[in-house]
Amino acid sequence: MLRVIGKRLALLVPTLFGLSILLFIWVRNLPGGPATALLGERATPEAVERVNELYGFNEPIVVQYFTYMGKLLQGDFGVSINTGRPVLEEFATRFPATLELTTVALIFAIGIGIPLGYVAARRYGSFVDHGSVVLSLLGITVPVFFLAFIFKYFFAIQWPILPPDGRQDPRINATHVTDFYVLDGILTGEYDAAWDAFLHLILPGIALGTIPLAIIVRITRASVLEVQNADYVRTARSKGLLEKTIRNRFILRNAMLPVVTTIGLQLGLLISGAILTETVFAFNGIGRFLRDAIFGLDYPVLQGFIIFIAVLYAFINLIVDLSYSIIDPRVRVQ
Amino acid sequence: MSTTLPPAENPSPAEPALAEGTGTGLWKDAFRRLRRNPQAIAGAVIVGLFLLVAILAPLLAPYGGNDLPGRTEVTPTNIPGPGEIDEFPLGLDRFGGDLLSKLIWGAQASLMIGVISTAMGLAGGMLLGLLAGGFGGWVDSVIMRFVDILLSVPNLLLAVSIAAILGQGPYAVMIAIGVAQVPIFARLLRASMLSQRGSDYVLAAQTLGLSRSAITVSHVLPNSVGPVIVQATLTLATAVIDAAALSFLGLGGGLPQTAEWGRMLTYAQAELSGSPQLAFLPGACIAITALGFTLLGESLRESLDPKTRQK
Repeated sequence: MLRVIGKRLALLVPTLFGLSILLFIWVRNLPGGPATALLGERATPEAVERVNELYGFNEPIVVQYFTYMGKLLQGDFGVSINTGRPVLEEFATRFPATLELTTVALIFAIGIGIPLGYVAARRYGSFVDHGSVVLSLLGITVPVFFLAFIFKYFFAIQWPILPPDGRQDPRINATHVTDFYVLDGILTGEYDAAWDAFLHLILPGIALGTIPLAIIVRITRASVLEVQNADYVRTARSKGLLEKTIRNRFILRNAMLPVVTTIGLQLGLLISGAILTETVFAFNGIGRFLRDAIFGLDYPVLQGFIIFIAVLYAFINLIVDLSYSIIDPRVRVQ
Repeated sequence: MSTTLPPAENPSPAEPALAEGTGTGLWKDAFRRLRRNPQAIAGAVIVGLFLLVAILAPLLAPYGGNDLPGRTEVTPTNIPGPGEIDEFPLGLDRFGGDLLSKLIWGAQASLMIGVISTAMGLAGGMLLGLLAGGFGGWVDSVIMRFVDILLSVPNLLLAVSIAAILGQGPYAVMIAIGVAQVPIFARLLRASMLSQRGSDYVLAAQTLGLSRSAITVSHVLPNSVGPVIVQATLTLATAVIDAAALSFLGLGGGLPQTAEWGRMLTYAQAELSGSPQLAFLPGACIAITALGFTLLGESLRESLDPKTRQK
């Protein structure tokens, strides 16, 4: 097990090294060069020169790269141009919001997707089955930001049962310990604040969750369809095992392998979707911060975020691979 | 060979499926199955309709895409909706543009970005995949590591980063989406080529003394493109959605009133409670176009899949 983890981590090194080179080239190629990107297009030549001097943009390119790498390895991602605060600090305050949102989205997608996919496959050709196929097709083709608009219009404007934007009602004077608003409310005993924060998560969470939902339904359905007619399922049935045992130990357990991989792969989609969903719902998370960074050409933020996501991606893939050995004993033996 | 096919005008469902090995080509066979699949027909009709609208936009649209014919009718508090003014059947937007005309011109913009960016992604990805799958060895390793790096960044974020270098504008969006698609095509073609490597026909070609490049280009490649073509059809759907997403975020450049579906959604945000049609109609256009490409791609995949082929 440890050897597998070590090997996977070692494989991460060349990828991150390559990524850092690409990012380095990227920053150097921003319109007008890094100094102009920092100062804006109307910067005077003197100011550009001063910034070049200050940040070492006049040094040989190899020296620049190693200085840059040295800083990255120490966790120094630079200072945000838009806010003037360190990039890591900005992430730390906003990431909990996005994590909260993506967690709700994933719980929604998994909680509905796996049972629906399972039932659809067990009742192949039924109404539920056709419904699930149509639903997953819609989930893939309806853009998440458009869905966000629909939800917002119907459930926040037309029938105002849920809040249209933000993370929490500003009138609630909530104490924030962890910046996970729901968790904060529970920890401090301010249950009304937790409930309000949760209500704010429902619409964006469901809008964001529809893409992974569609994919999870499809994969679960396809996977259960394939497994349920396998020889070992027939053997189990002929042994007279309970239908419940057959479902849990034989069908679901084997059918879950591709589903687990797929859930792991949804991260990229969720992050991309979060940028769009947070924009529509004015939800103050990392997605909205990134959107502002794109416009302000806040390259330290973009660069830091890309590296952060690449590392996160790699670790999630590692966890997915390791969870295989828990679900599938055949992998454990090797 | 062609005599065994049902006539094009009247595909008879009673025609028994051809047994494997009777000599029909893979693609011909797939196309025959496609014509009988209602899902494929629905997809083709949707895509065809939108393509037609896009091509005929100058004839169909009552006004130019960036024109503001209703500028005088719009006030900050009142945006005329559908049916309120006879000249503008679907109403106006906040700038005074005719919504119907903008939807029609938007079809042109969105489809063009989708098709061109996918063509670029396909060309780039196939080139990398061909080099990796054809040469193998260190060329393969270098290319695949590069692809891995690109894959470690989420697609939309990659497109956004590329657009940041290129500046804002429709070409930046096209290139950004195209480049972001390269990894998937490269991987797919390479994997598909590797699975063909040990085939009997490759061995036969080798025995005949054909050169490695000739085998790769004229034997392995044509047999490997199936999954890539299916993916390209499906990718057209994502390209249209991603293009709209980039424009929605404001990377499309140009005038604020530019007729582009994603852009129209950006400006519909503030008017959502009063004029929901400004958001719903362009959004529905994006979704329906994506649905058309997805239906077409899915049924193409089904008809090429050997598991479902006998049906």
